Amino acid sequence: MIPVTDWRLPLRLVLLTFATVIIQQAAISQISVFGVSADVTPLVVMSVGLLTGSLLGAITGFGIGMFVDLVLVQTLGVTALLYIAIGYWSGRLRELRDPAHGLVPLALGAAVTAFAGFGMAVIQFLLGVDSPVSLLLLQQIVITVLVNTLISLPVYALVRRIIQPVLPEDPRRRRRRAYTTGGLSPLSRPSERLGQISRSR
Amino acid sequence: MQDKTVRRRRLVLALLVGVSLILLTAYFGESTTSPLHSVQRGIVEVLSPIQEGASKALKPVRDVAGWFSDTFHAKSQRDQLQKENQSLRAQLAQAQTAQAENVQLTKQLKLDQSGAISAYKPVAAHVIGRDPTLWYATIEVDKGSQDGVRKDDPVTGDGALVGEVSTVAANVSFVTLITDHSFAVTAQVNDGGSGDTGVLVPAVGDPNHLILQYLNRRAPISAGQQVVTAGFKSGQLDSLFPAAIPIGQVSNANQNTLLNAGTVQVDPAADLRHLDAVQILTDPQPGTQRAQVGAP
Repeated sequence: MIPVTDWRLPLRLVLLTFATVIIQQAAISQISVFGVSADVTPLVVMSVGLLTGSLLGAITGFGIGMFVDLVLVQTLGVTALLYIAIGYWSGRLRELRDPAHGLVPLALGAAVTAFAGFGMAVIQFLLGVDSPVSLLLLQQIVITVLVNTLISLPVYALVRRIIQPVLPEDPRRRRRRAYTTGGLSPLSRPSERLGQISRSR
Repeated sequence: MQDKTVRRRRLVLALLVGVSLILLTAYFGESTTSPLHSVQRGIVEVLSPIQEGASKALKPVRDVAGWFSDTFHAKSQRDQLQKENQSLRAQLAQAQTAQAENVQLTKQLKLDQSGAISAYKPVAAHVIGRDPTLWYATIEVDKGSQDGVRKDDPVTGDGALVGEVSTVAANVSFVTLITDHSFAVTAQVNDGGSGDTGVLVPAVGDPNHLILQYLNRRAPISAGQQVVTAGFKSGQLDSLFPAAIPIGQVSNANQNTLLNAGTVQVDPAADLRHLDAVQILTDPQPGTQRAQVGAP
């Protein structure tokens, strides 16, 4: 987990939350691609989780989700609940696996969009919305996943560009193997593990 | 140190999930006049100028994307519209004859013309936001209580009914579309004289279709017939929606389904995913109370 050392990172995350929801609501949701609209909000939460870790990922997910519920006059807490999970698990993926491959945001973007779509369906059913499971609903979720997958890399790149300058250090250089190796990562240099080795002859 | 970090992370996660669940439970069980709803409306009111500004600023982006989308679908739309055009020419000729006859008969009978849409003082509004999910079929428009908009006002667009106002702030309103699970309206089928009425409800999760139910099971309904608002009147109670606003047309009138369940499938006339402007009917018939059919 990345320690929050100064106010710049939280400030940027707050501004990012605000801008994401406003732009999504005012522009992106009104652009129809193959009959559906892209939804960048879960992608931004995923990107923040991947870049900053589970704690900030979950908090940002809560913030964006709550803001979406407020702005769209929806049932408060529904989107927040889903986005907390997205932010947290994206952050945990980074902390446990530290995926370095450039296409990870693409795969994760598809996964979090599918999770948001099906999760919303499950919560709505639990809340008692009288709705048949239509083929179109499934089709729309699948198309939304495809559209979101296409834009996940640019969204991730944009989020990284916004918050990386204020991150304590480059997350790709960090290897977090503490849970599996007790801090003895095979990737760390012996001199770091054992201290300075004397090279006397 | 590691344990402390893990504990803190779990504590924050539990706190966030707990707050979400508490808000969800509290909000879901409360009425629309509750404090949480009021706070939500207040925040919408504060944010509405920003959203409106963002919507205007980002209009070129939407237009460019819309241009690509329109171009992509232009050929298939042209072929479909040419077929529709041929059919509509024939209908127009019949309608013009009927209209002329109607004017003459109306004058002879001195019928009241107050049921026309213009009597409801329509207010034009632009769509500045919409819900991207299928679960909440709502749009946000740039007219609010300062423009005379009130909760439950009917909303038309593309020449057909598109929904009703569900939340009103000073400068913006939220319109619940006819495809929302909470929506229902009494509707009539123009089926050549008998004018069978039923209750039109959405096929939730399927924004392309509506279901007209509680019909006479032996009604002479067939695909292609127009469906309009019934606009019932019962004593002092007037329907929320004026009569004869087009809603859509019957797309599937399976006789077995009609006989057994009393339902037919209706396609909305308005393209609900591409609404740019709507009309809010702000002034219902004076001196009467308004009633609405609740979703079953």
